[in-house]
Amino acid sequence: MELTLWTYEGPPHVGAMRIAASMEGVHYVLHAPQGDTYADLLFTMIERRDRRPPVTYTTFQARDLGGDTAELVKRTIADAVQRFQPEALLVGESCTAELIQDQPGALAAGMDLGGIPMVSLELPAYSKKENWGAAETFYQLVRGLLKAQVPPPGTPKPSPQRWQQEGRQPRVNLLGPTLLGFRCRDDIKEITGLLNEHGIAVNVVAPLGARPADLLRLPAADANVCLYPEVAESVCSWLERSFGTPVVRTVPIGIGATEAFLKEITALLGLDLAASAGDNGAAPGLPATVAAASRLPWYSRSVDSTYLTGKRVFIFGDATHAVAAARIASQELGFEVVGLGSYSREQARQVRAAAQELGLEALITDDYLAVEKAMAEAAPELVLGTQMERHSAKRLGVPCAVISTPLHVQDVPARYAPQMGWEGANVIFDSWVHPLMMGLEEHLIGMFRHDFEFVDGHRSHLGDGAPSMTPAADPVHQGQPVGVAIAAPAVAAAPAMAPEAASSATATLEPPGNGVVEARWSADGEAELHKIPFFVRSKVRRNTETFARERGIALIDAETLYDAKAHFSK
Amino acid sequence: MGVSVADAAPALPELLKQSGQREVFCGLTSIVWLHRRMPDAFFLVVGSRTCAHLVQSAAGVMIFAEPRFGTAILGERDLAGLADANDELDRLVRDLLERRPEIRTLFLVGSCPSEVIKLDLSRAAERLTSQFNGRVRVLNYSGSGIETTFTQGEDNALLALLPLMPSSEERQLLIVGTLADAVEDRFVSLFARMGIDVVRSLPPRRSSELPPVGKGTKVLLAQPFLSGTVRALVSRGAEHIQAPYPFGVEGSRAWMAAAAAAFGIDPALVAQVLDPLVERGRRALAPHRQVLEGKRLFLMPDSQMEIPLARFLSRECGMELVEVGTPYLDRQLMAEDMALLPGGTQISEGQDVERQLERVRAARPDLVVCGLGLANPLEAEGIATKWSIELVFSPIHGCDQAGDLAELFARPLRRRQLLTFA
Repeated sequence: MELTLWTYEGPPHVGAMRIAASMEGVHYVLHAPQGDTYADLLFTMIERRDRRPPVTYTTFQARDLGGDTAELVKRTIADAVQRFQPEALLVGESCTAELIQDQPGALAAGMDLGGIPMVSLELPAYSKKENWGAAETFYQLVRGLLKAQVPPPGTPKPSPQRWQQEGRQPRVNLLGPTLLGFRCRDDIKEITGLLNEHGIAVNVVAPLGARPADLLRLPAADANVCLYPEVAESVCSWLERSFGTPVVRTVPIGIGATEAFLKEITALLGLDLAASAGDNGAAPGLPATVAAASRLPWYSRSVDSTYLTGKRVFIFGDATHAVAAARIASQELGFEVVGLGSYSREQARQVRAAAQELGLEALITDDYLAVEKAMAEAAPELVLGTQMERHSAKRLGVPCAVISTPLHVQDVPARYAPQMGWEGANVIFDSWVHPLMMGLEEHLIGMFRHDFEFVDGHRSHLGDGAPSMTPAADPVHQGQPVGVAIAAPAVAAAPAMAPEAASSATATLEPPGNGVVEARWSADGEAELHKIPFFVRSKVRRNTETFARERGIALIDAETLYDAKAHFSK
Repeated sequence: MGVSVADAAPALPELLKQSGQREVFCGLTSIVWLHRRMPDAFFLVVGSRTCAHLVQSAAGVMIFAEPRFGTAILGERDLAGLADANDELDRLVRDLLERRPEIRTLFLVGSCPSEVIKLDLSRAAERLTSQFNGRVRVLNYSGSGIETTFTQGEDNALLALLPLMPSSEERQLLIVGTLADAVEDRFVSLFARMGIDVVRSLPPRRSSELPPVGKGTKVLLAQPFLSGTVRALVSRGAEHIQAPYPFGVEGSRAWMAAAAAAFGIDPALVAQVLDPLVERGRRALAPHRQVLEGKRLFLMPDSQMEIPLARFLSRECGMELVEVGTPYLDRQLMAEDMALLPGGTQISEGQDVERQLERVRAARPDLVVCGLGLANPLEAEGIATKWSIELVFSPIHGCDQAGDLAELFARPLRRRQLLTFA
């Protein structure tokens, strides 16, 4: 039993719904009690879908339990097949139905469904979660539809370069995009365009927008692009094992990753990247293409971006987006990554590896309070996370950009806003730098609030009702008394949640050690600190406290501050 | 202008009863407003990841503080052995209460999985109450979807509080059902002006300050979904004041007047207090009535407030009722409102959502009141909708709110008139 106040992932059958709702011609019969239809609103509200997800629920009640719920399942399946005439049927159960063991899949297998392919889903609700459910459903559906096509063992693997002999364009599948994924709709368009520019055709995109008949065409591709490993990894592996289709595993988010993706896919398909890249007017070769295709490199090099140098950024999300964000932040924007984590346990290994490269220990947890605690301790200047990290960052007064699911309706923009490819890099530059700038403006207002223009009654062009202007550059320490326990700054900032996070078995960050000298700030030390420009103040405070702790200094005064400054500027 | 009771009931067609897929929340959802009403209470759902996901999805994702609700998610080990599950629950509750010392009442809320595995939460509640030695009261009720629909969760939560209500023969008016605090204050002051001085509420604002109940208690239901609670209160000696529900000017006036009559207040004094409110409420309604008048309305079953709302929208806003759905029909609790429906109003109980949507498409109403899962799909078909969930979160009770209530329904229609993309 596990206490959950809020959860990053829903149950596995919601993952199955994401597959069904992403596709055309697929219907999902779900053995589930009243109330489970709540999941429909994730699609109709967050994604603003114009139709209900293709799911029929049995809606069994307590009074049905004594009777024949199996009959209810069969009736519901028959009605759904007749009403929706699907091209493929998924049959499964939610957590409660799993307990009553009607085995709807077996019941469906015994029915005459008029030849519609039926896939029985067994998604253990008490041990697995949403992304696993999505991956398993996609895999079972693909395998169910394609198993008759699997060549016998020992069949030679087809060459990914056979298109050259067959006198056609090379073609690949884009696998993994779903509804309620992060910007999948726009990523597909971006990556399709990118591949087309390099002479590569897209064979099938799935699950988003695909029909069951499209899945039957998956083996015709020369390679599979595993765009969203959370959903597509098991399908890609199975297609590789069964049909010998190689997998492109680089996820093209960010400039470096997009380049690496293009190198990987062109090498695999036997294309000449340098030659194919020159058709947009720039000189052949990758760097010129990048410069022509994305503004991120130049924007990041331009002098205005100097202030981005070393900005402390805390990253948490699904594994794919978190790892990509860490690379972009550290290599392409010159940020300092001060925290990296993910709720995706299935993909934890790659997050740990990416964190290690940055000298960090990855935070692998599904406890949002542990994430908030780690965030507070890291004292970031920018948070990149899910919609929950946006809430946490708001509480801590830190700017935030959403980079991953779970998402809110505002994270599904009307405009074209991919994360992948060249345009995705542009979108990322804007959407990460903008909140930093906004934060900077707020701080400037806070900094100048003592100027005469800002005295009460003249604080805003709008007069009363303008937002209050408290300096928020110093989120962890703000509003505290002068004395601060060095050992546990975040505890003071958020007393209610500290015990939870510290006792959580899922958090991998160690709570602060014991036996540390407690240092206090003297009044003149604090006064001196506040003369320091807000945008470096939290860093100076942290450095000074570290300096004091290392030397056993109990009272930090102005001299300590300047000693520390000299020490760290060496 | 008292409203006469069911003897003048209009001829309503035979009730349309349907069963099939229900597009309705389960009773767990009522935690979303109950935890706000009683800030010293914590609601711990004992259930699955689905339960946790449901409550957070229904509550929206605006969690800016550590919430006062959560889910004890059952794992495979809990299913394997109930003894372990009980130990686990005890451990988890101890941890929780240690961290949240401000909690005075802990509700263990049963769910579909906990009901199916027959986890005995009433025994767990007793056990934990004695462990905490009076510091925290631990209660239990079921919000499971196999037993409760949406607002019925509140009925069960109040039933769980009932045994703790002290007995007293004190003469009092007891308003039952969660109201917005401001609306409640307004009613209390209006009743005081009519001479009813002792007015208490269930649920109270503090879970530890429960009102008494007994022979002197007269119960006035603020919400139409409290069938079990009202019957239990009556069995404790209380008298149930039959009245329409306080939606709209007419309903609110009749509701307050029924209470006044039960306390023997002079109707002239009642009129003196209420008539200015009625007059002002009608003025506030008038512009919205212009939008709504003659428009055809279809209410999908959702919050159990459909019948009183249909009464308000037809009689005070001039809307035509195509179909009034309700998750279940408690004829006794709905008698006053049903009596005020226009003759020929089709009421439907339960749901087979596909067939009901076929009726919606066939009737092409001007406005459909429905849940969030159906709203955008219907809008995409060209049918205007009003989300029903807003009705359980917004202050809509009383004469002063009648204009706001009508505006909730008028807004989607006004919006459609405003938009043009030509």
